[in-house]
Amino acid sequence: MPNDKNYFYIPQIKKRNQKATLFKATTLLAIIFSISFLIFFLVDIVRAGYPAFTQTYIQMDVAINEEVVENPYSALKGKNLKIASRAWLRDLPNMIKENPSWMNTTQTLWVLANSEVDQYVKGKESRTHERERAYVDELRAEGKIERKFNTIFMTTGDSKIPENSGIYASIVGTVLTIIVTMVIAFPIGVMTAIYLEEFAPDNRWTQVVEVNINNLAAIPSILFGLLGLAIFINFFGVPRSSPLVGGMTLALMCLPVIIVSSKAALKSVPSSIRQAGFGLGLTKWQIVRDHVLPLAMPGIMTGSIISIAHALGETAPLIIVGMIAFVPDAATSFTDASTVLPAQIFTWAGMPEKAYLERTAAGIMVLLVVLLSLNAVAVYLRRKFERKW
Amino acid sequence: MSTQTLYLIFFGGLFPLMFLGYILGRQKAIAMRSQGIKMHSQPDQYGWFSALYTGLPIIMIGVCGVFLYLFGFRAIPASLLVTASLGVGALSLALLVKSIKASTKARDLVEDLIKGMLIGASLVSVLTTFGILLSIIFEALQFFKMQSFFNFIFGLEWAPDTAFLEGAGRADAHAAEAKFGAVPIFAGTFYITVIAMFVAIPVGLLSAIFMSEYASSKVRAQVKPFLEILAGIPTVVYGFFAALTVAPFVVKVCNFVGLEAQYQNALSSGIVMGIMIIPFISSLSDDVISSVPQSMRNGAYALGMNQAETIRFVVLPFAMPGIIASMLLAVSRALGETMIVVMAAGLRPNLTLNPLEDMTTVTVKIVEALTGDQEFNNPLTLSAFALGLVLFVVTLVINIISVSTIRSFHRKYKVSTL
Repeated sequence: MPNDKNYFYIPQIKKRNQKATLFKATTLLAIIFSISFLIFFLVDIVRAGYPAFTQTYIQMDVAINEEVVENPYSALKGKNLKIASRAWLRDLPNMIKENPSWMNTTQTLWVLANSEVDQYVKGKESRTHERERAYVDELRAEGKIERKFNTIFMTTGDSKIPENSGIYASIVGTVLTIIVTMVIAFPIGVMTAIYLEEFAPDNRWTQVVEVNINNLAAIPSILFGLLGLAIFINFFGVPRSSPLVGGMTLALMCLPVIIVSSKAALKSVPSSIRQAGFGLGLTKWQIVRDHVLPLAMPGIMTGSIISIAHALGETAPLIIVGMIAFVPDAATSFTDASTVLPAQIFTWAGMPEKAYLERTAAGIMVLLVVLLSLNAVAVYLRRKFERKW
Repeated sequence: MSTQTLYLIFFGGLFPLMFLGYILGRQKAIAMRSQGIKMHSQPDQYGWFSALYTGLPIIMIGVCGVFLYLFGFRAIPASLLVTASLGVGALSLALLVKSIKASTKARDLVEDLIKGMLIGASLVSVLTTFGILLSIIFEALQFFKMQSFFNFIFGLEWAPDTAFLEGAGRADAHAAEAKFGAVPIFAGTFYITVIAMFVAIPVGLLSAIFMSEYASSKVRAQVKPFLEILAGIPTVVYGFFAALTVAPFVVKVCNFVGLEAQYQNALSSGIVMGIMIIPFISSLSDDVISSVPQSMRNGAYALGMNQAETIRFVVLPFAMPGIIASMLLAVSRALGETMIVVMAAGLRPNLTLNPLEDMTTVTVKIVEALTGDQEFNNPLTLSAFALGLVLFVVTLVINIISVSTIRSFHRKYKVSTL
């Protein structure tokens, strides 16, 4: 027996150590759970979304004549008409206008397939008829079906025809919205931070402002939507669904993040720099403008980029201010009706057609790539300009 | 003239005038100084002085004009207003430059104006809070004029369909009266939050323990980005994932076991919401656990405890107030979460304890009531604001409690991360 020789032997020690190992393993398990969820999630989204980056085209003989210009649906007959995209046919008169030499000839063209055929070709669940499937298989055997890179997805707006819908309009809307957000939130946020960190006396009022900012950061984002609806739209008459109202709403939501990170950045600038400035007879504002602010800028930028990433993915307040409208064309000004990428994802996710599903996932992939690269930029800035005083 | 050209003229006049003010003020100061006059401030401060105080009246008149127009007072044509503001600006520029004397305290005046601007900026965040509060309360009061407050808080049935008909001008005599009893909605919100917490609290807390107690700094640096990515995924994406992958999976598992589950169920949205909240809990708890003084741990080791026992019996009880506060913050996050539940939990107010049925939450009802094209005089639209008021009050109370707890914890141990 070990306790004959070792007076410090504790009989329970083995059990206790086992328990300790178990506990450590449990904590490790929790981390592994989170990471494996993340990987599973990303794989799942990519698996659902990558087919949307290709689109099925079918080689067909299209008879072009005067009648087709009037009624493009008459260009194709029978089975061909059933598997071609209505959107492509609708666009046919424009193509004829661009190529006048086509008139009264029969052209062999790559015709966009409709979404159900597209889904069938991609091996997914599809509502195509048995006869059409046989026809498509036949065409495929002849090499008349090809999956080409999906340029439509990147160049068009929303559409009720799945194969003709894209994210371009929503990306334009997102860019406009974020511009408005940053133009409002960045100066106001940085100015607030400067005031609180450099100028404000430590009194009751300053504390109220600080507590208020902390609370604002934790208010559910949907309530900012209610504010936007009640005040910006109903009270000030800003056009509904416009990037302007969306950007203003998001700006208020981003403010606390920018303020808190800017304050931290200003705080990290050592006070010796300010003392040196005072010693030279500078005013407070001159010191802030010429010395403290430039030194704090990398930190402020990092915080702002992170808040842009937040704003980019935000959906709920924008839905409330009407940015889920059906918008086929890209907005050209800040007051046009527009939609944003997350709202587009939300709209597509609710569509009954299966073809929208892969587009939703593809939209998510685009959104995630943008967000991750923004975060990477923020991390890079932080690493590059990080300074130990 | 269109609004756009007016804005163009306005800003096209504002900036050159300010620039001119800077140049003229500076030139005058330089000229005076070269005559041997002792000036109060440096020349460029006189420049800034005349530039800023030229811009001030222009912008003030512009802002007043915009407000007048918004409140329906349109007697003065906008073009006249723009001209007037620019004219006043030019006049004040001339007067300012003329008034520059050796004793003009340009430096102090600029400092005051800048400070005023900074204070103005800091007011925006306060105004935002009041804006949210006022807009919600105002509309919610409208709602409570139509529906009784008591029925809203304690009513068991939410059936606003006939209110929609009234709003559409087709109030049928034989249609049942609209009912706005929000208890099923509150119950659904609460229930989904509880499910989310069942996922988020154990995983988040254990992750925090691993990150702060067990992981080496190298492992920490590698694992942390993953949690940050998890935190950075937009909620609409989580919602899509819940509806696309998790819900069918839950249904499949339930069918396998012999239970019946709906495709929109509380369980799947709760689970996904819980996963969304994991990084939130883990980072806050990580901060709290890291701020427990090392001497506590050393004391426990000296008494013969191993690391796990130290964590369980010394570190965690010590950090408990902070951990509970971070969980409360996570609860308020879950209560206000919108997209996941909109996409995966359903629209039907359903008073049940079965997590496999569809349920609805406060946020879902807000979105549902405000997405249609509706007039603001009907109770269905206004009910969104009443629900928003409840959400605002509850999350605000939770936040105040938890933030003050975390703060006092950090103050006690002199670590500031929040």
